[in-house]
Amino acid sequence: MRLKNGIAKYIKSTALQRRIMRRKGLDRFFAFEGLFVMGVALLVLFALVGQLAADGAGRLSWQFLTSFPSRFPAQAGILTAWIGTLLVMLVTALAAVPLGIGAAIYLEEYAAKSWLTEVIEINIANLAGVPSIVYGLMALGLLVYELHLGQSFLTAGLTLGMLILPMVIIATREAIRAVPPAVREAAYALGATKWQTVRDHVLPYSMGGILTGMILALSRAVGETAPLITVGALSFIAFLPHPPWQGEFPFVSFEWLFDPFTVMPIQMFNWVSRPQEEFHVNAAAAGLILLAMSLAMNAAAIVIRARFRKRIHW
Amino acid sequence: MKALDVSQTVLKAESQGLNFFYGQAQALHGLSLPVYDRCVTALIGPSGCGKTTYLRCFNRMHDLYPGNRYEGEVILYPDRVNIVGPEVDPIEVRMRIGMVFQKPNPFPKSIYENVAYGMRIRGVSSKADLDMVVERALQEAALWGEVKDRLQASAMNLSGGQQQRLCIARALATSPELLLFDEPTSALDPTATSRIEELVTELKQKVAIVIVTHNMQQAARVSDHTAFMYEGRLVEFNRTEKMFTNPSVKLTEDYVTGRFG
Repeated sequence: MRLKNGIAKYIKSTALQRRIMRRKGLDRFFAFEGLFVMGVALLVLFALVGQLAADGAGRLSWQFLTSFPSRFPAQAGILTAWIGTLLVMLVTALAAVPLGIGAAIYLEEYAAKSWLTEVIEINIANLAGVPSIVYGLMALGLLVYELHLGQSFLTAGLTLGMLILPMVIIATREAIRAVPPAVREAAYALGATKWQTVRDHVLPYSMGGILTGMILALSRAVGETAPLITVGALSFIAFLPHPPWQGEFPFVSFEWLFDPFTVMPIQMFNWVSRPQEEFHVNAAAAGLILLAMSLAMNAAAIVIRARFRKRIHW
Repeated sequence: MKALDVSQTVLKAESQGLNFFYGQAQALHGLSLPVYDRCVTALIGPSGCGKTTYLRCFNRMHDLYPGNRYEGEVILYPDRVNIVGPEVDPIEVRMRIGMVFQKPNPFPKSIYENVAYGMRIRGVSSKADLDMVVERALQEAALWGEVKDRLQASAMNLSGGQQQRLCIARALATSPELLLFDEPTSALDPTATSRIEELVTELKQKVAIVIVTHNMQQAARVSDHTAFMYEGRLVEFNRTEKMFTNPSVKLTEDYVTGRFG
């Protein structure tokens, strides 16, 4: 009884109230601080996009999207650049995604833990931090000079593929690790082999995370400039690559892989480095398109993640 | 009905001098224990005594993680294969011995796919065959009535008790010879628990069962034989009535009367 009274007295005490107030104050301080920091970041972003839009929005037109580059700024367009970006991304995805997912599955599910796999794991993490220009130099030496793939879509796609491969591996491993061990054990306990467990459970349940990682890696690659300049991107291409289809059997054509290429950031870089003001406007307009492409990819990642989350909840 | 005559009992499995090591640490010390067909064998003992470790030897679950090692034998009858022998494929063992885990762990797929999965990985793909197996297994697990109208619904929407019965159905679908239960009711409420206990009693008409439990009343209710383990060793193995009324070892008596553990 005395104890109960004692507690009641303590709760009513102003000392306790003061202490609670102090802790709540600290709470509010951090909330405001977070809001402020976020505000600054958003402001910078909006300023950049706003600047870009103010400069380039007026130049956006159907003509801009469907014209080849030109000496005359008003006639110049980004047709070869955006088609080039799409095709390079296609090669990049086809090169990096299967390889990256395969490597991640091997490292997570199959590889025995040994010093060798440790070394490989550490180096994959390191590779993700290597500056992209270094990949460009490696690609120039390996793909262009040694393998004679030329200054082509194939070279560009493989270069960016190498660049994002570590990111793909890391994202996939994270997604695979998020699958609870209990589900794996359930499959194994029914007599499933490793591959059956991976194919029927680990991969489907982690697919949302894997796809999100893929798209984020690709949206990093879409803006890369330096390694592509290194392997020889052209900034002035007044013709389209060979179409990936053809009239007769087998209806698909791979000739475009060996055509010279350009991509959006290269086109922008080229325009920015010209003295004429009008070209700078073109560069801003191209920047807006590139930003839209990259945002569309991120939006796709969010949609995919949400869809897979809805289907699978633990 | 619990008082099966000893002369009628047939051995289903038997461990002989089983040692088990997690890396350098020895977790089981020379365990020798019979498991009788169409009987429930309960493993009891305080936390960390090796009950679950022992249970997971039966379907070679330890092989999934590196550094684990078995010594001795676990013989599966009638073909007298040593299921912990290095020459025996763990997948083959797991195809004959089913397991139900402590926490319900259905696949995040439909109810139907959960139950059908065991048959699918055995290469059965005919819809009619799978339908038959799924219905039989769900009937046996006393879940059919509750889910027959929503077989395509996600298993994750079931209640905890239903999920655990689904996991039992999933294990039953492949007609295992021996069924392992690892504290199957520790995550369930009393109603769901008693349904699982009834189920275990029914299932032993068809299959040998080994059940790990923390709950001594549960061991007394469902099992025919009980093994009391302590610090990785078998202290006493006996018929359940004997074990709980007149144990022959002092340590067992102390444990079953709640003096420690």
